[in-house]
Amino acid sequence: MKCDLVVVGGGPGGSMAAKTAAAAGLDVVMLEKRQEIGDPVRCAEGVSKRSLCKMVKLEPEWISSEVKGARLYAPDGKSIVMSEDKSGGEVGYVLERKVFDRGLAMLAAQAGARIMVKTRALSLLKKDGSICGVSAMRIGEPLQIEAPLVIGADGVESKVGRWAGIDTTLKLDDIESCAQFLVQDASIDDDYTEFFLGNSIAPSGYAWSFPKGEKLANIGLGMQGSRSKPGEAVRLLRQFMKSRFPNGRVVEMVVGGDPCSGPIDSAIADGVMLVGDAAHQTDPLTGGGILNAMQAGAIAGEVAAKAISEGDVSRKGLQEYETRWRADIGKTIARSFQLKEFFVKLTDKDINQLIGSLAKEDISKMDLGAMLRILFRLNPKLLWSLKSLII
Amino acid sequence: MLTVNRYKCCYCGACVGVCPTCALELVETWLEVSAECKECGLCAKICPVGALEVRA
Ligand SMILES: Cc1cc2nc3c(=O)[nH]c(=O)nc-3n(C[C@H](O)[C@H](O)[C@H](O)COP(=O)(O)OP(=O)(O)OC[C@H]3O[C@@H](n4cnc5c(N)ncnc54)[C@H](O)[C@@H]3O)c2cc1C
Ligand code: SF4
Ligand code: SF4
Repeated sequence: MKCDLVVVGGGPGGSMAAKTAAAAGLDVVMLEKRQEIGDPVRCAEGVSKRSLCKMVKLEPEWISSEVKGARLYAPDGKSIVMSEDKSGGEVGYVLERKVFDRGLAMLAAQAGARIMVKTRALSLLKKDGSICGVSAMRIGEPLQIEAPLVIGADGVESKVGRWAGIDTTLKLDDIESCAQFLVQDASIDDDYTEFFLGNSIAPSGYAWSFPKGEKLANIGLGMQGSRSKPGEAVRLLRQFMKSRFPNGRVVEMVVGGDPCSGPIDSAIADGVMLVGDAAHQTDPLTGGGILNAMQAGAIAGEVAAKAISEGDVSRKGLQEYETRWRADIGKTIARSFQLKEFFVKLTDKDINQLIGSLAKEDISKMDLGAMLRILFRLNPKLLWSLKSLII
Repeated sequence: MLTVNRYKCCYCGACVGVCPTCALELVETWLEVSAECKECGLCAKICPVGALEVRA
């Protein structure tokens, strides 16, 4: 079998890459090793409404609920509210990813991409040292797909990069170990995403409640991998549930790893581009990676079409992808990484001080940048090392 | 030897992402361990459910 482009992985990154490249005229094959795209979910499903709407035309069934803002809890229980509905814009959606991921794959199919499920990439095909396709296993049978270009959108467990000589192995400092329950509970706030900070709740991470409507929510936590031990994320989540949602009924369980390494040195090699979690493009501070994967996928799809039509799929021919994703999502990822590196070191006392200092401020209409500036003004000593990032 | 408790594993792939020797492969719900494993234990540390263990 032959085509112009093989996309490995049918998550949001892969589907956007396949959709964009197919719409630009390429013959695209997208491989997904699971038999059902989008299932099982490894995600809390929160996204910014504004950014998502810019990228695709939304289908109502993709969205579980719309929230008015976010509430942040300090370890001592004090809370602040950010981005109320009055501020417009930065409200969020909580998606239904099983439906959303499949919907994006459908868009890729509609644009002309061929989608193969239960088809796992096993290695890259090489001829005279250059990549010339993917060797795969399709429903238990071997399959070779010849193509000059491969996009690795194979998520946190990515191997495409490693096969092409890009070391994407995640160090334990650079991955969050996560656990989440889908919970029914009368005490769930249907209108706000909630974030719970504290080293005894989630060491160098946070716990969350992302409401899905009618008193149902994704309640989970992520902790820094280097502070984890076997089974720790699930144990801490059970402990958190007991103290915060003691009457919660668990109807689904999710676990996963979320990269938080900041931008990788290179997301391209001869004949290969990496997008999404495969390129560690998650926001290291929030862990959010859906929109970044989609944005990177769209850029990679455009560059793929150009590179194929110009007949140059070498590193040099793909450099535009590298330059564009770094100028786009890369800047925020780099900044969030520096902020994360600072915040993971804070003690509970520091976090209480920071959140407490905002008690008298009206931050309801602020974005993260504006809030950080106020925090800096109120806590110059604690935040001094972040000066260049904030001001 | 690295053992996988398949009754515990939730097939999330976090362990695959941290393995320095690419010894792990997630085949849908089935985690495979190859001979490349050097029993470093990093995967066991990251596993959110505690499905992995390096046994003497
Ligand atoms: C617990 C948790 C909570 C999260 N919460 C949020 C959140 O609220 N908001 C947010 O924006 N992000 C969140 N994230 C991050 C988000 O889930 C990811 O960033 C996002 O899914 C990345 O998309 P992707 O397309 O890069 O990869 P994925 O969605 O992981 O897709 C990769 C696909 O590749 C397939 N694949 C892998 N290897 C192969 C192979 N060899 N052959 C064929 N197919 C292969 C996989 O089966 C998978 O379907 C969370 C992550 C976790 C773990
Ligand atoms: S990290 Fe644990 S739960 Fe996830 S795939 Fe590996 S063994 Fe299974
Ligand atoms: S013990 Fe180390 S080498 Fe073996 S599978 Fe786990 S991470 Fe890989």
